[in-house]
Amino acid sequence: MPFKYFGKINFTPYTKVDKFSEYLHKGKLMGSRCKNCGEIYFPPRADCLKCMDDKFEWVEYSGKGILHSFTTIHAAPKGFEDIAPYTLGIVDLEEGGRLISWIGDIPEKEVKIGMNVKVVPRIFEEIPEIKLYYTIEKP
Amino acid sequence: MKVGIVGIGHGKFGNRSDATVQELAFEPFKEAIEDANNLRREDIDSLIVGSVPEYHMQRSLPGVVAEYVGINPKSTWLTEAACGSGSAAIRTAYMSIKSGMHDIVAVIGVQKMRELSTEEILALMGRVGDVQWESIFGTTFPGYYALYANRHMHEFGTTKEQMALVAVKNHYYGSMNPYAFFQKEVTKERVLGSEDVAFPVNVFDCCANADGAACVIMTNEKLAKKFNDTPVWFEGLGSASAQMSLLRRPNLVEIPSAVEAAKQAYKQANVEPSNISVADVHDCFTIAEIMAYENLGFCEKGKGGKFIEEKQSYIGGKNPVNVDGGLKAKGHPVGATGVSMTTEIVKQLRGEAGKRQVSGADIGLTHNVGGIGQYTFVHILRR
Repeated sequence: MPFKYFGKINFTPYTKVDKFSEYLHKGKLMGSRCKNCGEIYFPPRADCLKCMDDKFEWVEYSGKGILHSFTTIHAAPKGFEDIAPYTLGIVDLEEGGRLISWIGDIPEKEVKIGMNVKVVPRIFEEIPEIKLYYTIEKP
Repeated sequence: MKVGIVGIGHGKFGNRSDATVQELAFEPFKEAIEDANNLRREDIDSLIVGSVPEYHMQRSLPGVVAEYVGINPKSTWLTEAACGSGSAAIRTAYMSIKSGMHDIVAVIGVQKMRELSTEEILALMGRVGDVQWESIFGTTFPGYYALYANRHMHEFGTTKEQMALVAVKNHYYGSMNPYAFFQKEVTKERVLGSEDVAFPVNVFDCCANADGAACVIMTNEKLAKKFNDTPVWFEGLGSASAQMSLLRRPNLVEIPSAVEAAKQAYKQANVEPSNISVADVHDCFTIAEIMAYENLGFCEKGKGGKFIEEKQSYIGGKNPVNVDGGLKAKGHPVGATGVSMTTEIVKQLRGEAGKRQVSGADIGLTHNVGGIGQYTFVHILRR
């Protein structure tokens, strides 16, 4: 499952962490761990920010986290007009790191900064070419 | 040896479908040359252009601009630091004069944004976040600032009303600025009732994409008096960067690069925030001005909302801010903005700001933020 299928529109088809999309397709949300110093990253990165070592291994994330902030996008950029308005959240992940993604099925009125959430791997069923992503849900 | 400004020029900002990029650049350049007495075009030995190239069909802008304005300087190149490109150009000019490499440098900030559609600009600007992990979800520039705003509201109780008051102030002063895109006042109700862009940011919380240009002529202390009786001097220049991605920032309630750049500038200029008579800050969104009050030390962290509520950023308040209308009313031709801010501070320090004059202004500050806080330039100028 090539990385180009990650996201509604993918801007970076080639990356050293392209296995991420393969795991996501299997329902797993993965971060990276530096083989030298053990630092954990989400989003995953091939090259350690701390010790600059370039060997890493994959580490499975629970998806659990806390909503740090959110916004509802009404004026959407090119390629996203068809799904607007959509709500984006930033999640502080339990294992460390943050991600940004769409809020999924949580009713608008219940979305609150500081709430517990769970990030769930997804596939865009309605798009013919497989598109992988994840959404923020109630735990 | 001090470095100062001896000439300024400012073109009309707005929807400039009447002109090409180089034609826009010509307007403030001509004004700046006329503003600097006895300056001949051929005296300019370097031209630095501040601009974001992705907006233009024309490639390699400095060459085109230099040719159109009729100069052939020893060196000319482009500086790009997103919305901070104009101040990056000024910092580059400062370094080249300070080092003795150049004597007289023209800085032109220029941008023609409105050749693109709003959706194209939203997509282009949204890609100033991390495209691998963020833009794939349809992030936008207003969206990023909305994430700041919502968190700021959560932590400090900042309100949408307080954000709206920033727009009210800046449009009030913009109504007195003939170069501004919007020269009309707005009410708080109008701002709060305007269309949603990215909750909690409404249309009237956003600055407008615009076309425009501004220019300053800079030189050293030895030559300055030859061209101007009242040069305005650079006293402190701070510059700092922060993580590209909001996902890696320590918090989402301040711009860390702004805090650091301000610290450097105050230290070099040996002044305190309370000494600043007038400031032009980067109000790309109303929440950005509220954070700027805090990051520049005009008020305590978390008290920015109260600062505008108490009208402390109006003329007569503690620190008058954006009394030229700011990005909010002037419009934000990204590469031109930092240079535009600088021309306003020069006018204020010369006492030439007319109805918008802060009386007795002697120390001014510009705060120009690139991207979603990746780059910030803070410059302190003195009469």
